[in-house]
Amino acid sequence: MTRPQRDVWADTLIELAATDPDILVMDADLATSTRADKFAAAYPERFLQMGIAEQVMVGTAAGLSFTGYVPWVSSFGIFFSNRALDQVRMSVAQTHANVKIGAAYTGLMAGLAGKTHVDVSDIATFRAMPGMTILAPVDAAETAAMTRWATATPGPVYLRLGREAGPDVFGPDYVFEPRRVILLREGTEVLLISTGQQTARTLVAAELLGEEGISAGVLHVPSIKPVDDAAIAAAAASVPLVVTVEEHTVIGGLGGLVAEIVTAHDPRPLIRIGIQDTWAESAPNAWLLDRHGLTPERVADRVRRVWDRG
Amino acid sequence: MGEVVAPGIPPGTGPYADLEALARRGRLHVIETVAHSGAGHIGGPLSAMDLLVALYFRVLRIRPDEPDWPERDRFVLSKGHSSVALYTVMAMRGYFPVEELQTFDRGDSRLQGHPDMLALPCLDASTGSLGQGFSVGLGIAMGTRRRGLPPHTFVMLGDGEAQEGQVWETVHVAPRHGAGNLTAIVDWNGMQQYGWALREGEEHSGNRRDPWAGIDLRGAFEAFGWKVLEIDGHDFGQILAACDEVRAGTAGTVPTAILAHTVKGRGISFTEGRSEWHARPATLDEAAVARAELAPAGEDAP
Repeated sequence: MTRPQRDVWADTLIELAATDPDILVMDADLATSTRADKFAAAYPERFLQMGIAEQVMVGTAAGLSFTGYVPWVSSFGIFFSNRALDQVRMSVAQTHANVKIGAAYTGLMAGLAGKTHVDVSDIATFRAMPGMTILAPVDAAETAAMTRWATATPGPVYLRLGREAGPDVFGPDYVFEPRRVILLREGTEVLLISTGQQTARTLVAAELLGEEGISAGVLHVPSIKPVDDAAIAAAAASVPLVVTVEEHTVIGGLGGLVAEIVTAHDPRPLIRIGIQDTWAESAPNAWLLDRHGLTPERVADRVRRVWDRG
Repeated sequence: MGEVVAPGIPPGTGPYADLEALARRGRLHVIETVAHSGAGHIGGPLSAMDLLVALYFRVLRIRPDEPDWPERDRFVLSKGHSSVALYTVMAMRGYFPVEELQTFDRGDSRLQGHPDMLALPCLDASTGSLGQGFSVGLGIAMGTRRRGLPPHTFVMLGDGEAQEGQVWETVHVAPRHGAGNLTAIVDWNGMQQYGWALREGEEHSGNRRDPWAGIDLRGAFEAFGWKVLEIDGHDFGQILAACDEVRAGTAGTVPTAILAHTVKGRGISFTEGRSEWHARPATLDEAAVARAELAPAGEDAP
């Protein structure tokens, strides 16, 4: 198992801060959860506590960026995509402010917090926001690479960070490229398209399907926006069945993205696996993944049933 | 800083005759710009006009020909719906031609209905969704101080805007970060778009309740650790004295709120104190009356 993405994010910023004095980390009093406390310990002068006040945090970050700083605002994703959404929209996205959003506890696994803290729709929300970049890493190497890229690239970035550790998919030499989609596994009958930490479980699902004689490929979409539409269209056009799998509502997220692309190019059957227009529960991670059909076994089972139906 | 007078404004008498003439001209630009556009705000721009003229012609250390000068003072119009007043004063100050006011609200104009710093790069922030500019101003103040730069950041809030929760987030956070280089000027014109009806027997200069009737706004700022100055926002002597005082505290750790008592729709007989002039364009006849009131003999018509 790799290190949790939240730890990788904080450790990477500590590394970068050694040579970049303009990096700041801003916290709305969740630093021990988000791991921003690590940065605070390493660079107390560059850690700005804003209190339990996400709106002023985001606005202040925009102002700091206008004086040349590179502020990373840190909180749970839901408080950017909901509580401070208007501040992200007007003060950050509409000004193309160089503000980076470290969105912790995204996806289903939010430490037993339940529906108040699990955001089932952050990808959908930010996909619809002009000028916003959305990144969803699968593992530690990708998290570190995205953190470096976002810090070095002007403009707003929403980085979707998971709480829990997951398996490593990439090696330490991984280089992040915006827009790029990555074919992790070849397949001729089904293409599973996935993003974030779900990609690791989707890979296992593809193996299970392979054992049962169904040839399933896996396409990883780490850069939700911007994204290489043509590459997704081409990959989808190479198989008779396309399936999206995401730790997110099936409305407007990765499934929506792929549906928009596939219907505009070479339409074919598309199954969207994810949270079915409902709220998340406070429950152990395994329970949540099973309930919402996102374990490898549940994904493989769903695909098999669709495939067998013809 | 030295006195700056726009072309066409004759020297008058009294210590602030030039500012008074600029403010009259600015008010006329507001009325005519909004009438030309067919939509826009009137009441707030007119209540803020004297404050903006004082800031841009006396207080702010700025270089209109070098708008991104790093050591400039910053100004954020958090009550972004008064944009037409800001555009007017910036045009008179030389940031762009006064004629450009005619493009206000015209699609591809740099002068959008609410200030857009990407469209008009000489702005220090984009504002319009109320409460946000105050936080952005705090960030700018924190940033310039971290850079070791001398500027003061002034943010103008509406009294109605101060009902936004985000305003109070900024109020409680700014003193914790020792933002002595931040000043919030509240354009306390006593009226919001619609607000609350006057209570039985209640007296008010306008026809609706004051946004802070019965609430100690001064005490609220003070309770969070702000220094508060209370002035007549149409008295240039008081405006400049208050700004001198906050300037002197720039290196300190206490932010200041200047509560500027103003009159909504100030300066034109038929708009003063009338809530219906929050956002409505003047007719041709009304604009003619405003012109007669605001362009006394001896001044060039704008």
